[in-house]
Amino acid sequence: MHSLPAHLKIVAGLLFIIVGVATSISNWQAFIGYFLVIGTVLAIAKLPVKKILSRATVEIPFVLFAFLMPFFGTGEKFELLGLSLYREGLLAGAAIIAKGTLGLLVAITLSGSTKAREIIGGLETLRLPALMVQIATFMLRYVNVVSDEMERMKVARQSRGFEAKGIADWKILAQAAGALFIRSYERGERVHLAMLSRGYVGVMPVMEKPVITKFQRFSVIALPACALLIFLFTNMIWSR
Amino acid sequence: MHIPDGFIDLQTSAIFAGAAAICVGVSLKGARKELDDKSAPLAGLTAVFIFAVQMLNFPVGAGTSGHLLGGALAAVLVGPWAATLALTVVLLMQGFLFADGGLSAIGLNIFNIAVIGVWVGYGTYLIVKRLLPKRKSSVALAGAIGGLISVPAAAFGFVVQYALGGNATFSLTSVFTAMIGTHIVIGIGEALITGLTISAIMASRSDLVHGWKSNETKLVIKGI
Repeated sequence: MHSLPAHLKIVAGLLFIIVGVATSISNWQAFIGYFLVIGTVLAIAKLPVKKILSRATVEIPFVLFAFLMPFFGTGEKFELLGLSLYREGLLAGAAIIAKGTLGLLVAITLSGSTKAREIIGGLETLRLPALMVQIATFMLRYVNVVSDEMERMKVARQSRGFEAKGIADWKILAQAAGALFIRSYERGERVHLAMLSRGYVGVMPVMEKPVITKFQRFSVIALPACALLIFLFTNMIWSR
Repeated sequence: MHIPDGFIDLQTSAIFAGAAAICVGVSLKGARKELDDKSAPLAGLTAVFIFAVQMLNFPVGAGTSGHLLGGALAAVLVGPWAATLALTVVLLMQGFLFADGGLSAIGLNIFNIAVIGVWVGYGTYLIVKRLLPKRKSSVALAGAIGGLISVPAAAFGFVVQYALGGNATFSLTSVFTAMIGTHIVIGIGEALITGLTISAIMASRSDLVHGWKSNETKLVIKGI
């Protein structure tokens, strides 16, 4: 999992998501299949459960949105466990949760099994413009430096007895944000000049290209292929 | 909190991914023309800055807090071309590295935040700045109003996408009122933070602020 070429993983993940999103929720058997497939992939990738859960929290607002849908809607109503629900709202809500979670699991697998640098390399292979790749690599190299800088500023504020309580304190925080911008700007300038003086012409030196074996290609294509098979199969059997 | 997979249908996602790609392409050209070899480090550090500053919590009270979104701020600080590129990269990295925002919905998110948010914010900034006297404090005020408008504008982008291909049963009017209503409130916060941050930067390094630089008169050497 971890050693597969990043650009193939990105394409496979995207195709898998597209098949999932294109599937109608009334074809619910297909979603069981998709979740089994991505669950297996997650198990093979051996990602820590804690990491998966912490990443998954970004979905919470949409899950809440989806939960409201069966209660506030229009159209046909029906009774379930003593609650009167809108049929269409329930289906649409279920679809949002199922598809959103599916996409989330794919993205977690991708980011968990691929180094950030490799993902950018993969996007480069997939023809992301060179300037965007440079911006992304720059961001990746300095994001820790700058967030550490921000943390130090926070410690400095706290050691002077500052505590952010409400809107009245925003001025101080905004000044910190401003200082952060100036510091990152100056650092960017220095780094850029240092890079130029070492002969940088806009592209990073390329290490030797990795060899992609047939087995790797095959194992990556297996993910969207499984999804497509499930889609066709469930469509044939249940959706007539 | 970005649009996840399956929320908007695939056709609409594809259309907006295409539109976003065109806008980012134009921004690439614009940034190269305006900044030549400096565009990559400048947009790169802006991306880093926006990413970091979004982790800075601004307490609202009652245990809640918000953070800066930064579209208008970035546009005023480094110009709209570099701002679009920086926010696009931030969104790409959030999607690919942090699973925030669906990968099939990435075009929708880029269009709303990196294109609409940045350009509406910058456009508003330019208009307001023209109306105000040519003073340093005008930059912060115009930037704040840019921030105020940019947030509901980006939310409006979402409402349009929802109208075209939303996979949910809420009526368009209720989504419109809910989205625009909450985002006007968020926009007020954004305006405050944007204005305060710009005025902090203007106080010490006004030469770094793109929106102020274009205001300066050129140095002219008269007679020898």
